[in-house]
Amino acid sequence: MNRNIIISFGLHTLLVIITAMSLPFLAKKPIDLPPIVSVELIQITDKTNIPFAPKAKKIIEKVKEKEKKLVSEQAPPKKIKKIKPDAVPLPDDKIDKIKKIKDKKQNPEKVETDVKQISEFEKKELFDSSDIAALIDKSKVESSQTTKKLDKITQNQDKEANFLGLTLSEEDALKAQIFGCWSIPLGLPYNENLLVRIKLQLKPDGSIIRTEILDHARMNKPGQKFYKVLAESALRAIKLCQPLRVPSKGYERWKELQLNFDAREMLEG
Amino acid sequence: MNLRYLVLLLILLPIKVFAVIEVDITRGNLNPLPVAVSPLSIDEKSKNSFKKILKKENIGEEISVIVENNLKQSGLFNPLNKDAFLQKPDIANLKPRFEDWNLIKAQILITGKVTFVDENLRVEFRLWDVLAGKEMMALAFTTVPSNWRRVGHIITDKVYETLTGEKGYFDTRIIYVSEEGPKTNRIKKLAIMDQDGFNNKYLTLGNELVLTPRFSPTNQMVTYLSYFRNLPRVYLLDIETGKQEVVGDFPGMTFAPRFSPDGKKIIMSFAKDGKSDIYTMDLENRIVERITNHPSIDTSPSYSPNGKYITFNSDRSGHQQIYVMNSNGKNAKRISFGNGIYGTPVWSPRGDLIAFTKLHKGKFYIGVMRADGSGERLLTENFYQEAPSWSPNGRVLIFYRETKTNSKGEGFSAKLWSIDLTGYNERMVETTTDASDPSWSSLLSN
Repeated sequence: MNRNIIISFGLHTLLVIITAMSLPFLAKKPIDLPPIVSVELIQITDKTNIPFAPKAKKIIEKVKEKEKKLVSEQAPPKKIKKIKPDAVPLPDDKIDKIKKIKDKKQNPEKVETDVKQISEFEKKELFDSSDIAALIDKSKVESSQTTKKLDKITQNQDKEANFLGLTLSEEDALKAQIFGCWSIPLGLPYNENLLVRIKLQLKPDGSIIRTEILDHARMNKPGQKFYKVLAESALRAIKLCQPLRVPSKGYERWKELQLNFDAREMLEG
Repeated sequence: MNLRYLVLLLILLPIKVFAVIEVDITRGNLNPLPVAVSPLSIDEKSKNSFKKILKKENIGEEISVIVENNLKQSGLFNPLNKDAFLQKPDIANLKPRFEDWNLIKAQILITGKVTFVDENLRVEFRLWDVLAGKEMMALAFTTVPSNWRRVGHIITDKVYETLTGEKGYFDTRIIYVSEEGPKTNRIKKLAIMDQDGFNNKYLTLGNELVLTPRFSPTNQMVTYLSYFRNLPRVYLLDIETGKQEVVGDFPGMTFAPRFSPDGKKIIMSFAKDGKSDIYTMDLENRIVERITNHPSIDTSPSYSPNGKYITFNSDRSGHQQIYVMNSNGKNAKRISFGNGIYGTPVWSPRGDLIAFTKLHKGKFYIGVMRADGSGERLLTENFYQEAPSWSPNGRVLIFYRETKTNSKGEGFSAKLWSIDLTGYNERMVETTTDASDPSWSSLLSN
């Protein structure tokens, strides 16, 4: 009898303990921590700078007039100081921003998508976080953060670009240009080495300062007459194409460029 | 340890920083190259002298027109309209103003000068790279005035060679069978002309039927087939002397003759007892050698340019197909495996391709394939066309094409056509009469 009471007591005690321990877990939903969103507080100007479509023209015209007066005062006109997104844009900056909008003929909300479509090196040039900061409305706090992130990426890429080669899009642009200029001599023998390497020295605008055929000795070798024909055709292509489609930034990395003209693929077809 | 890393860093850093960016250009365009062919300048005295001899108003202009037409026909060059030229021919020949030629988008400029010297025609010409602003070539020729057309062709060959890297094919002739009269009663004569259709001459009178003339690759000899007492025989003709002879005396039919690459042998088919085999004959000692011995019909033999192989067509597989064998007749291998019937294989002078005629679903095609049978490409299709012959540089094929007759048997014509290896540059070759069986000569001047 006593034994049964003890067993019953024990089991009940266990039940009470389990219930006491498990119930709070069952009742409580798992903690769902939302991702941390960092919000930067931006001081918004009293008047928004967004040129709403119907009013845009008038605003732009006004700014244009204002700008005309100011341009002479700005020296040098190009370099704009980068301002943190939370900074209040100064009147001069406002003008610059609106000018950019006018040039692109677009709604400011489209800025981000358009920037995504252009190549990396252009991104930095066109994308300025301070522009965005000044253009956003109250409801666009989050977009400001996104643009800032993008800006950070491009800055890093630009730093790296000084050491790395051309980006794929830069290389493709250059290739596409030269493909159009190079008339391949069709009579070249298929089974020979049809590679001509030409080293270029370029000006910042892509025009040629100097060309150098790297395997120049082959030009006058017996049995290598075709090489001269090929090299001359490649030189003609470079001259016809200049100024070359080079990136607008990072001159230091591409001021010397080597083009490897290889006709095999085309001739073997 | 840190020092080691530092040294390694110092070694690697400059490699990364100073490496020149390389861009591979593996494609180009196949658009015709814009060329300005300036009329060759000529002084008044020379002009009048040539006017008397050649009955040509301005021989300098005439020669430049030949060059221009040749370049245009090749499909690789685009001669620019002379009306756009800013610089006069005499000054351009001395010192071209490259900015002017650049302005009209010329990449290449041809200038020259014609003079009358000691009863001879002296032509000097210069080839200029407009973009580089430099002279690429300068040559002068002296010849008898009557050779003025050839001078134009030779200039074109030199230009072509300098710009494409392979020899030209303009100073050449084409031998063909001239055809006249109704289809059922055609008069066929052997005729020869320059590759551009000028200077046409007949070599036979048309009394006997002539077929398949073939130029020697080394000299101005021609072998062809002519009927004598209703029996086809292979003949040899020296174009320079007009001397003609029968090649061998075979009891049966001999046909489809062609020279070996060294011009010392003739390879042909000999038909007897319902089968046909390939034979060669040494032209010096007239020794005949049997190459194939098969119960099938082996015909249309053609040597590879190195003389080591022979391509021919045979029906030994049941249908007419193309085969390649060693020049001694051993190791015959079939190389054509596409649908249809293949015939008239001709080895390219470059050695890389074999041209052929193909009949498939009632249409005739001219095509090329590699010597191993791979890479078959059909260049042109028509109701009836056959007998391709290579230009001496292996870039262009000439063949003949017949048109359909109507229900009354009218409207039939046979014309020569040329097509280049791209398959895009197809042109009719002008002949005074109907024409068939063309054969391209080697370059007259090497």
